[in-house]
Amino acid sequence: MSEANTHCPLQLTPNGQLRHFLNTEGLPRELLTEILDTADSFVDMSAQQVKKVPLLRGKTVVNLFFEASTRTLSTFELAAKRLSADVLNLNISTSSTKKGETLKDTLMTLRAMHSDMFVVRHSDSGAAHFIAGQVTPDVAVINAGDGRHAHPTQAMLDMLTIRRHKGAFEPLRVAIVGDILHSRVARSQIHALRTLGAAEIRVIAPLTLLPHSIESLGVKVFTDMACGLRDVDVVIMLRLQKERMQSALLPSEAEFYKLYGLTREKLAFAKPDAIVMHPGPINRGVEIESAVADGERSVILDQVTNGIAVRMAVMSMAMSGQLAMQQQTGSDNHNG
Amino acid sequence: MLSGTLSVEALLDRISSETRAQIAQRQLDNPLMIGIRTGGAWIAERLHRECGLETPLGVLDISFYRDDFTQVGLNPKVQPSQLPCPVEGRHILLVDDVIMTGRTIRAALNELFDYGRPASVMLITLLDLQRRELPIQADVVGGTLVLGPDQSIKLSGPDPLILTIRQRD
Repeated sequence: MSEANTHCPLQLTPNGQLRHFLNTEGLPRELLTEILDTADSFVDMSAQQVKKVPLLRGKTVVNLFFEASTRTLSTFELAAKRLSADVLNLNISTSSTKKGETLKDTLMTLRAMHSDMFVVRHSDSGAAHFIAGQVTPDVAVINAGDGRHAHPTQAMLDMLTIRRHKGAFEPLRVAIVGDILHSRVARSQIHALRTLGAAEIRVIAPLTLLPHSIESLGVKVFTDMACGLRDVDVVIMLRLQKERMQSALLPSEAEFYKLYGLTREKLAFAKPDAIVMHPGPINRGVEIESAVADGERSVILDQVTNGIAVRMAVMSMAMSGQLAMQQQTGSDNHNG
Repeated sequence: MLSGTLSVEALLDRISSETRAQIAQRQLDNPLMIGIRTGGAWIAERLHRECGLETPLGVLDISFYRDDFTQVGLNPKVQPSQLPCPVEGRHILLVDDVIMTGRTIRAALNELFDYGRPASVMLITLLDLQRRELPIQADVVGGTLVLGPDQSIKLSGPDPLILTIRQRD
């Protein structure tokens, strides 16, 4: 009778399989590559006649969104349905003052309904980890974005998009532009790019939108767009998080656009075959010029397609890992 | 106690002539041959040429339809199935290299039927290891083989095609 290895991180089974997907940080390169390879096969599959596979048939996936979202919610719903899962969408308001207690009660209730997977979006950093700790090993948890901390599926779909357009990560210079301070997407992207071996990761933002000591994450910091974009292969624009800004960090949107908006002129500093990305939804005329967003270097719509495939990949992998752990515990009980 | 290699050519010759005979006997009009990746697809490529079939060859990848998902997990190297035309109303010649438990064929049938409703499915295999766990029956069999409990067999290819029996230490 064996105990689970208490030293392995929450996301992984003792033999390194994914069981929850909470964070790109700390995951080995082989695992990130496996996610990308698996997602690749789902992208190809979605273009075929049969768009559904039976991998999660009979499983119940609950989308637990404590923070509003149409786009992420709908892609997760579509991903789960293409895996033949039963899907339950719960939009829960976070107006309750006793957050901790209410959250636990919610989890107990859902557990009683025999759910197999939770997809969680929450405005508190660390929420997905907390929930995973509460419900493992019965339920696999996918982080759909927690506070300012992480948005791992977005990062992985961005990685997949980069790989499908550019091939290997090693020679690439990648620039992430915009509201880095409030962006959980940027953090997850930086961790993933580092693990996958990108040559250079740059962040471009006004000082007021840069976190302290971000260089410690292994990135080069630029406050000037022209310098920052010089010779980059990939430009990732971030959305200006208006709802998150609690103090006057910018003079105005117009000022932001003048200095940090991606226009055709600014894009010319990057390599001639550089690709333009944006997690969406785009604010035309704030982060990005319409001509660029709709232009031939833009791969923004590919990101959407790839998003469904990546979510199918992590959901299948996490379900597989969690099922393997449940089986093992079951058989240990029989033998023990 | 068996070990070493088997002659694929001899087995191929047998299933080639038997398949052609069956197509004629059953009067299968314009059949669609589909090989199961990877070994079955290699065999099917050879068979397709020798039977002189008009319709191009299809390839089925059953990774997403396997029933042992929890034990072996997902195969990240899976490629999409490629069928050159709709399955609906067609006579299918399903080809695999080795049939043992029958679970691969069960998965292949499930996937085929997700594409449409075939008129019929004829199953062709190079080798039958006769260790069924499901009621699956091949229509054309190159040869049967009984392996010892510590033995396994694998087809390597695509050129040359070699069947190797391995002994687990």
